[in-house]
Amino acid sequence: MLSLILIIIAASFFTGIIIRVKSLASGRKGPGVFQPLKDVSRLFKKGVVYSETTSFVFQIAPTIYFSSVVMAMLVVPFGQSKGIISFNGDFIFFAYVLALGKFFSIISAMDTGSSFEGMGASREALYSMFAEPAFFILMGSLALLTGHTSFQEMFAALHIGSYISYALAILGAFVLMMVAMVENSRMPIDDPKTHLELTMVHEVMILDNSGFDLGLILTAGYLKFALYGALVVNLFIGVFPYQYSIPMFFVIQLVLASGVGLIESFMARFRMSHNAQFIFVLTSVSLLIFFGVLLILGKFA
Amino acid sequence: MNYTTIVNKQTISVAEIPEVGYYEFFGLNTGFLTGAPERHCVNYFGYPVDSHIKLICCIADDQTHQIYLSSCLVKASDTLDSFTAKNFNFEKFEREICENFGINYTDHPWLKPVRYAHNRADQSKTIANYPFFSIESDELHEVGVGPIHAGIIEPGHFRFICNGEQILHLEIQLGYQHRGIEQQFLEKKKLLQRSTIAESIAGDTVVGHTTAFSQVWESICGIQVSHDIEFSRTLALELERMAVHTGDLSAVCTDIAYQLGSSVFGRLRTPIINFMQEWCGNRLSKGLIRPGRNPFPFSPELANRLTGVLDIYEPHFLEMNVQLFQLPSALSRFERTGVVSYDDVLSVGTVGMAARMSGLNRDIRSSHPFGLYPEIAHEPIIKHHGDVYSRVQIRKAEVKQSMQYIRNLIQNVPEVSENEASFESPKPNSFTLSLVEGWRGEICHCTITDSQGELILYKVKDPSFHNWLALALAVRNNEISDFPICNKSFNLSYSGHDL
Repeated sequence: MLSLILIIIAASFFTGIIIRVKSLASGRKGPGVFQPLKDVSRLFKKGVVYSETTSFVFQIAPTIYFSSVVMAMLVVPFGQSKGIISFNGDFIFFAYVLALGKFFSIISAMDTGSSFEGMGASREALYSMFAEPAFFILMGSLALLTGHTSFQEMFAALHIGSYISYALAILGAFVLMMVAMVENSRMPIDDPKTHLELTMVHEVMILDNSGFDLGLILTAGYLKFALYGALVVNLFIGVFPYQYSIPMFFVIQLVLASGVGLIESFMARFRMSHNAQFIFVLTSVSLLIFFGVLLILGKFA
Repeated sequence: MNYTTIVNKQTISVAEIPEVGYYEFFGLNTGFLTGAPERHCVNYFGYPVDSHIKLICCIADDQTHQIYLSSCLVKASDTLDSFTAKNFNFEKFEREICENFGINYTDHPWLKPVRYAHNRADQSKTIANYPFFSIESDELHEVGVGPIHAGIIEPGHFRFICNGEQILHLEIQLGYQHRGIEQQFLEKKKLLQRSTIAESIAGDTVVGHTTAFSQVWESICGIQVSHDIEFSRTLALELERMAVHTGDLSAVCTDIAYQLGSSVFGRLRTPIINFMQEWCGNRLSKGLIRPGRNPFPFSPELANRLTGVLDIYEPHFLEMNVQLFQLPSALSRFERTGVVSYDDVLSVGTVGMAARMSGLNRDIRSSHPFGLYPEIAHEPIIKHHGDVYSRVQIRKAEVKQSMQYIRNLIQNVPEVSENEASFESPKPNSFTLSLVEGWRGEICHCTITDSQGELILYKVKDPSFHNWLALALAVRNNEISDFPICNKSFNLSYSGHDL
């Protein structure tokens, strides 16, 4: 329960912080931190326009996408406090419930019949597919290290015993954050600000969505960022008491958001064909974690 | 002699242009361009004479600084052999002649409409049924972009044939911006009306096009312009070049999602165009240049202001360039993206930056100098790779070069000449050709008068006319997601092409 509330709070400012950091870095004042929230609340008041070429898939997809993110939020724990749902192997549930949402957003983009959206959908599918091994090797290594297969038990057991696990946690944080960037279509994979359909990944898929549906998709995006941020926090807080772990949660989320803002301000987007290479690098970092775990467990002896 | 020779801004009588038979005309002009990279076709057009069409071909020679003119009389119902089959320089011109007069070509490889001119010969050809090239294949897909532009700039339709992410072919269909500029020049009789039409040919090349128009007008009326007028025009051309190049650098950075470059270059463009506002009351220099007079003389006070503006501009511009050209992620987007080879730019006859990026020296400022350029002794900036990086580098170097020219020019601000030029009417039965190097490249304006000295033809050629084809060649075998950056690195004009 605690994690759900914290994620919602973090989601309310995460994207706002990114935009604010980018504005400040380019010498502008920028909108308020809660501007993205105001934008979606405006969208929620609007009706929806459906293209005549779309079918029911296009109409149900935003809701499924949104609910998949909410379901994924339910299994994320906070330190020793369990998520609302917790069971053995829930990290697999987490990954595939998000994948279900993504699947629907992809087929809804295909449903519009637009050549742009088809291109965006194929790119999104490709990048998610490449990002998947990175996530599973990371979580699998943690499961191997701790001997548990649910998020809460894994994270709680992670820091008992050795400090070397902090090194693994830092690598893990990097992988998770980069997976978050891929999943949320941020720089350097994708440029969320671009107006050029031909270079878009995620943005082009939602070009036909409007009003309430668009609001749902944007909200899901904000939640997703905070969701991955919460996983990163979990790598570090272990069994700290709440008076330390809750401030740590917000500090880490703030640092991540500012980091994303700074990356987006001071570098150019990758060439599309380099994205696949970049995402594969995440898999190799995950493998590094895996070998680290094997070393700790003495499997190489 | 089957041709005659003029220089830039020279007026001659139409009767002095030798008229030859079509096959001699054909052999002469294609022969001029064979194996001669220093020559290119600056204009080739037709106009009705009695019941015939008179074709005039203007070939510029960059080494001798001359322009070779020849003409030929044909009938609209004729079917001719096309120059294009010998040399692609003529491709667009022949399409235009075919579109305007219905002249048919036997072996033109790409005889499609150019801009759907209001007074085209075949009104049944409309923009809605443009004959796109297509390939039947299950493995390829077509992507159509436009005519409404994502950044809401100007309309144009781009049709890609792609294999996955890779572009195999791009076809660019324009004409949505056609306003009938050339016809308006003939219909509007007042000089002020004509000057404002010239300003509106392409909104980003106001100085370039108005200078070309003014030179045509002054030449055909026999007006000698004073030094201070030439000074203002040269200065304004260089300032326009600086402002647009800086804006383009910003736009290129936006397209690669490099926010710092986008905002810094964007900010740097403003003081330059604001200075134009101080000088002439318009940020895009509208109203600054008028034939035969100098409505806004440049004063020593303005020179001081401009020095101040440049002193602030220069360090920021240089620093931002260091940042941009050291950023690995930016370089990886620029280098080897959108390459057009030397052979290709030569064969399609690109002009300006789109030629200099691939090692082809095309710069009217040095090859057919006008204004104060003979004194400046301009050295064109040439790059050799023909990719986005070369085009960005040219912009950087040209801004620096222009800045140096401007600083030198404003050392000696000329006295304003008191005597207002008297307005003569154009000489009858004359032909004039004027070439100007705008920031985008060579601008060519031609005019012909009748026996009363009324204009019977006004012909405009914007550098975009040829260069759009270079863009289509540049994106071949590139990723479709690199199209925006290729497009922006050329930054071609839709309205300049569509007229």
